[in-house]
Amino acid sequence: MNRIDVRGLTKRYGPDTAVDDLSFTVEPGQVTGFLGPNGAGKSTTMKIIMGLASPTHGSVTISGRHYRDLPVPLTHVGALLDAGAVHGSRTAHSHLLALAASNGLPARRVGTVLERTGLTSVAGKHAGGFSLGMRQRLGIAAALLGDPQVLIFDEPVNGLDPEGIRWIRGFMRSLAHEGRAVLVSSHLMSEMAQTADHLVVIGRGKLIADTSMTDFMTANGVGTVLVRCSEPGVFARLLTAAGATVRDGPESSLVVSDLAAGEIGKLAAYHSVVLSELSPQQASLEDAFMELTKDSLEYLGATS
Amino acid sequence: MTAPAAAPAAALAVPFSRTVHAEWIKFRSLRSTWYTLAGLGFAGLGITALGMSTVGVDYANLTAAERADWDPTNQSLTTYLIAQLIIGVLGILVVTSEHATGLIQTSLAATPRRHRLLAAKAVLLTGVAAVTGQALMFISFFLGQTMLAAQGVPNASLGDPGVLSAVLGGGVYLTAIALLAVGLGTILRTTAGALVTLVSIVFLVPGFAGLFPSGLAGILDFWPSQGAAAVLTTLPNPDYPYPWLNLGGMCLGVAAVLTVAFVLFRRRDV
Ligand SMILES: Nc1ncnc2c1ncn2[C@@H]1O[C@H](COP(=O)(O)OP(=O)(O)O)[C@@H](O)[C@H]1O
Ligand SMILES: [Mg+2]
Repeated sequence: MNRIDVRGLTKRYGPDTAVDDLSFTVEPGQVTGFLGPNGAGKSTTMKIIMGLASPTHGSVTISGRHYRDLPVPLTHVGALLDAGAVHGSRTAHSHLLALAASNGLPARRVGTVLERTGLTSVAGKHAGGFSLGMRQRLGIAAALLGDPQVLIFDEPVNGLDPEGIRWIRGFMRSLAHEGRAVLVSSHLMSEMAQTADHLVVIGRGKLIADTSMTDFMTANGVGTVLVRCSEPGVFARLLTAAGATVRDGPESSLVVSDLAAGEIGKLAAYHSVVLSELSPQQASLEDAFMELTKDSLEYLGATS
Repeated sequence: MTAPAAAPAAALAVPFSRTVHAEWIKFRSLRSTWYTLAGLGFAGLGITALGMSTVGVDYANLTAAERADWDPTNQSLTTYLIAQLIIGVLGILVVTSEHATGLIQTSLAATPRRHRLLAAKAVLLTGVAAVTGQALMFISFFLGQTMLAAQGVPNASLGDPGVLSAVLGGGVYLTAIALLAVGLGTILRTTAGALVTLVSIVFLVPGFAGLFPSGLAGILDFWPSQGAAAVLTTLPNPDYPYPWLNLGGMCLGVAAVLTVAFVLFRRRDV
């Protein structure tokens, strides 16, 4: 299968441990958000996946092989690690043409990826004159050259304007929809909320969470509804029967997920249950993420 | 070729020629490449033209003994001194410009076998330096001899003893310097660092030769701009009876530098 397997990955720079015994899997057909505060080790992990840095311990395989053993690498993995990683005096077209040639890909792929990333009109322009957004697109075009099933993007929306951000989000979704495995890093939870199906959260190089987006939201109270009523035990059974997930909240309240507030209200009215509170929870993903990575942030604050 | 069933993965792998082709596309798609090559032509031939323009007067003032050492071929090839720096810059930039821009990450993602990528760069530079360096040596020779003839000074033709060997030797010499530059660029990774080192090797070290302990002085017989350049002369030189051996010694030195470059290039994170 087209997937990335990270197993027991450790990377030390002198006495500093940038990545600490990290294991996770990136599955096909979904966007895996790789989340962590700045300095958490995301870029280092991605460089190791790409064979650009060597791990101190552990290994990474892509569809069961080490990156350097992929016979035609660009047809397996496409990556955008650093949008600035182009020679500014080369045209977008020449940059892509050289990459295509290096993997024996037909030159017409260049036109195809330029078109898919909306760069056709600037193909003959020097990359040095490109805006950050255009460079990101050029990097994505390079990643798509070999039509790979595994895609890796390091902070692709950093520094982009809202329109660029929306374009990239939609793009990630469509790549995953085509069945590809997509790994996208970010240090902002809000960026992931609308893009990722799965979350891998790291802090100080260590794995903090490896969970589906839905589970993460539920576990952190996003999309839940707080219900207070006269007979919580009875109403909880009614809610469960209606397909909701119910757990006990503070002061004999109920925390309900998988059922909208309006539906809960209707159910209560139908069964003549008196509600004293019915409030959709506002806890944001950002708060949940902050809570999760608090320890690693405190550590960073203390040392820098 | 092997039977189809043998190794499908290997059969689908990218041939080395593709890697070289990609390096060629990168090389030719930079305007600076063509500026540098134009500079090589202008500076290289300009120096020959300048040097040869006053030789008629110089020759008239020579003693008979000095006239016996008259080597018109070597006179017309001294432009190699500057040409080696310009070709060296090309060799350095083919590696260091990728480090400076971060492009090296993209290149290694496309060609993760590092020795293959560096070998492709070395092959490319060998081709570029052999063609341009050799062309410069030939054109410089003909330009120089034509100017000497116009001034009525003894001059050489390609068929004279040792002349073809000197002109070809100049091309080989410049090619070896280009490879030295690729090695220095790979080891040092910065353009400035590699260029300073190259200039030190070809100009400064020979200048300080007098300070060398006697044990080390012998190495100058194989040093760029020193013994290794003896191949550019046509008169027998008692110090260098077999000048191609001196050039061969320099090539071994270049090979040693390249070996270090290959080892480091494989090991390092980028
Ligand atoms: N080449 C390097 N040399 C030394 N330390 C490094 C190097 N690259 C990264 N680090 C350190 O490793 C840690 C993780 O960095 P990085 O992977 O860039 O984090 P992120 O991408 O999550 O922001 C940081 O503390 C950083 O300073
Ligand atoms: Mg990073």
